[in-house]
Amino acid sequence: MVNTGSDSMKIDCDIHPGVPGVEALLPYMSDFWREQFVNREIDGMELASYPPTAPISCRPDWREKGRPPGSSLETVRRQALDGLGLSLAICNPLYGGQVAMSEHMGTAVSAAVNDWIRHEWLDREPRLRASIVVAAQDPIAAAAEIDRCASSDRRFVQVLMLVANELTLGRRYYWPIFEAAQRHGLPIGIHAGSMQRYPATPTGSPTHLLQDYASAPQMFCAQVQSLLCEGVFSKFPDLTFVLIESGVGWVVPFMWRSTKTWRGVRGEVPWMKRPAIDEVRDRIRMTIQPFDGPDAGPDLERFIEQLGSDDILLFSSDYPHWHFEGSDAMPPGLSSELARKIAWQNPLNTYPRLRESLS
Amino acid sequence: MSTAVLDRPVAADKVGAGIIDSDIHPAPAQGGETLKPYMARRWQDHLDLYGQQTNGPYASVYGYPRYMPGTARRDAWPENGGLPGSDLSLMRAQHLDRNDVALGIMEPLGFGQSAHNVEFGAALVSAVNDWQVDAFVDQEPRLRASLVIAHEDARAAVAEIRRRAPDRRYAQIQLVSLAAEPLGRRRYWPIYEEAAAYGLPIGIHVGGPAGARTASGWPAYYNEEHLSLVATMQTHMMSLIFEGVCEYFPQLKFVLIEGGVAWSIPLRKRIDRLWRSMGSEVPHVKRPPSDYVAENFYFSTQPIEEPEAPEDLVHIFEQVGWDRLLYASDYPHWDYDDPKYAFKTEMPEDKMNKVMRSNALGLYRL
Repeated sequence: MVNTGSDSMKIDCDIHPGVPGVEALLPYMSDFWREQFVNREIDGMELASYPPTAPISCRPDWREKGRPPGSSLETVRRQALDGLGLSLAICNPLYGGQVAMSEHMGTAVSAAVNDWIRHEWLDREPRLRASIVVAAQDPIAAAAEIDRCASSDRRFVQVLMLVANELTLGRRYYWPIFEAAQRHGLPIGIHAGSMQRYPATPTGSPTHLLQDYASAPQMFCAQVQSLLCEGVFSKFPDLTFVLIESGVGWVVPFMWRSTKTWRGVRGEVPWMKRPAIDEVRDRIRMTIQPFDGPDAGPDLERFIEQLGSDDILLFSSDYPHWHFEGSDAMPPGLSSELARKIAWQNPLNTYPRLRESLS
Repeated sequence: MSTAVLDRPVAADKVGAGIIDSDIHPAPAQGGETLKPYMARRWQDHLDLYGQQTNGPYASVYGYPRYMPGTARRDAWPENGGLPGSDLSLMRAQHLDRNDVALGIMEPLGFGQSAHNVEFGAALVSAVNDWQVDAFVDQEPRLRASLVIAHEDARAAVAEIRRRAPDRRYAQIQLVSLAAEPLGRRRYWPIYEEAAAYGLPIGIHVGGPAGARTASGWPAYYNEEHLSLVATMQTHMMSLIFEGVCEYFPQLKFVLIEGGVAWSIPLRKRIDRLWRSMGSEVPHVKRPPSDYVAENFYFSTQPIEEPEAPEDLVHIFEQVGWDRLLYASDYPHWDYDDPKYAFKTEMPEDKMNKVMRSNALGLYRL
């Protein structure tokens, strides 16, 4: 079990074991889907948001020749769990089902990924936990998948969605997912990445992957604003939303902007009881890699004050994605007290099921 | 709808004396009817029969209903029945005289810039360009026009620029931010070549009807649509840098109008970091992206950020750069920033002098 009470405990709220390919998932599929994938030779369902060869998808010194990033447990143990000194790590698989055009295929692949991660990773490494991957294309089926995984295995600690979907996330269409998550006491993790149904921006598709990836904060802004304006925070009072790989620095200007506009035109959305500055502090959590905030010093101190809560930030490495060098994913310059909260206290408070791991 | 001003901020008396306003919205008194005398008969008839088709579910109004009629201050509707922003005497009384505006850049919106029918769009923007000068600039020496273009057809836009650019009553070329594509893409470069040749800055004003407002489709509310406009500014700033526009046109200046300012601080950090890891995708970008932000971009102030600790605004301006900021009122819109009350903290006087006037003098053709 996990060592408790230690100030050096680190709970990594975002690592990415790589699905090596569809073949690894076949044992976890029904006969129908196995036949579909084999006969049609469907493979290579890595997300367009993270092309496996692109620099963002894997830090250079973490690459392994001939293997998708993060796809071997031994390597993840060496590079992440041991290499970064992690006590616990939450696996957030990004693959296939989350973005499939067919909701049936999406649901099948997501379920296979959940069973694959449970048997091939969680069963073999006690420091690992996982998010339940769902195909938001079919919220009813996604809720059933949440019920199936959450009730059978308490090592599933969160529901994982992507930031860019077919609809804005606050809409009632997605509420069955939120109901299921709340029923099981699981946070909703919203991870960077897109179904690619729409251009990355309100004004068309950028030319470069660099711009596409750089646009993630505006996607997160839009989704938090949707959750606010659709009244999700009031409707689901026990639900926490974790923004994963969103970057952090953007959130303060967003809180100001959203709150100022709400003050002017809040009559449009009377079910939105509290503005962004309050809901972000109480109901939103954010992983710290990439940080994309101020460097150590007065600007960072001011930023933390503006954030207005020490409970928001959760430690993450985002392994094997490339944001920092060396073996310390914690942004430099934070007070030791805040660093301790980020490293394990906030993760334990955000993910109730992690506490069950502590001896 | 009005809210009493409860406390008079300390900076109130220090901003007067001839300010320059980078965002005043003139309106044709009776909408399209007022513009008809400036259009060929064919397009007058087109306007009557077909209207202006843009993206959105309604034939004649915007997809996201505004919260205030005409997006305007309630007190900005002229007694003569015209649209807010159409009556020069009211504009003088409510803003130009009252706030000692020495120069104001007009930003006409809503006609032609985003028309699906680009030929009709070209006719409309040309009418707007004539009308602005007739109805405002020639009547009021404190006002300057924006050279409005229908940017989706760069060839027609270039023709319109060449026709107007020598006329010094136009202070800038104006685009709207909801373009069909990010503004750095090659289809728009002929516009930048002209702007560079004439030494005109390019103002990008939030708005326009193009495209789903988020990467996750269309949001439901005006509250959300309003926020998405900030994302359009972020997109264009990145696009103009990463497509190489700033590298190829180093003298070109872009003014991001009504998109806010504070977001640019963390975004600079993010794009600098990504340029270090993925610069090989954009080898034409020779320097850290934040260098171009500091050299090629200006930010208009309205609607100004309101940090919980008002004094943080000083740090925001410090980080964005005092020489990058231009005061804007957004008169006569509902979220108008009164120069006396918008900045809710004591701002350093010498630096606010740049924001309120001298930055604009060095930028626009005034």
